[in-house]
Amino acid sequence: MTLALSGKEIAKQIEKKFPGSVAESTADSLLVKAESLLEIAGYLKETPGLDFDYLTAITAVDYIDCFEVVYQLTSLEHNHSLVLKSRCYNRDNPTLPSVVSLWRGADFQEREIYDLFGISFEGHPNLKRIVLWDGFQGHPLRKDFL
Amino acid sequence: MEVGEVYSSRQLDKDEGKQINELIARSQKPIPDPDEWLDEEIKRNILLTTVDAILDWGRRASLWPAVAFPACCAFEFIATEASRFDLSRFGMEFIRASPRQADLMITAGTLTWKMAPQIKRIYDQMAEPKWVIAMGACAISGGIFRSSYSVVPGYNRIIPVDVYVPGCPPRPEALIYGIRMLYQKIDKTSLFGEDK
Repeated sequence: MTLALSGKEIAKQIEKKFPGSVAESTADSLLVKAESLLEIAGYLKETPGLDFDYLTAITAVDYIDCFEVVYQLTSLEHNHSLVLKSRCYNRDNPTLPSVVSLWRGADFQEREIYDLFGISFEGHPNLKRIVLWDGFQGHPLRKDFL
Repeated sequence: MEVGEVYSSRQLDKDEGKQINELIARSQKPIPDPDEWLDEEIKRNILLTTVDAILDWGRRASLWPAVAFPACCAFEFIATEASRFDLSRFGMEFIRASPRQADLMITAGTLTWKMAPQIKRIYDQMAEPKWVIAMGACAISGGIFRSSYSVVPGYNRIIPVDVYVPGCPPRPEALIYGIRMLYQKIDKTSLFGEDK
């Protein structure tokens, strides 16, 4: 069974390496600031002992005052997992760094989030709608859609 | 006798050659047609019907559905097609991968607006005369997804529908009943434009 690592434990490691980058940490997840998301993701992937080499899923949540993007990471080598989160508070033009350069599997999922939530991923190689058609008005999974 | 002798490849060849030569010797005359007497009977009879009747019969008795099954109703259609309900009883065992060889579209499933141009295209590619059965709640009206931003509220927004089969999904019996209804519709069409 895959061991779910505590966000608090990982947060201690990351605070040492990138001071002030962790916004919140619980036993279940780790919430990091958007500007340091990419380097923390890279750290989680490359650091021996963590080795999060597999991105299980990305999803997003609309909390109305902010968008939260959730990254579920797994290490195939150590059989452990971590939930990484990041938030963007700008509702008109929400932006996060793309993690496609780290995990190729993020490509379509980031496009889906861009399509349905309108969150832009900076550095994505091909950021365009994937489910809906070009020219569709709005982003249907936002709470204020309709 | 040694085993190697009996099963040698030379012996096998000899046996095979002998069988073939015997078959050739036996098969010097064609086997007479058991239905030969029919010819004479038919020559002595005249069958009278109308062009419409024979044309409608031909059209309805072997409808070939096109492949256009976007969602879950397709599984009820597959059940209808399979051995238990056996749609081939009605001359419908073929589901044509090419719409150009099909004359019936059974729209089994929810249609999204993104898929709609492709369904229209399949319909346009089918050769006339052609018919459409809207199968299931989604095909009739969009079903429970009717108010969704991405779902077409009924195939009749895209293509003309002949028969509506309600259900979510309809049972195979219901689909067969719908096909029988379509038969009645086809039987009423006339070559000369006006319905009988």
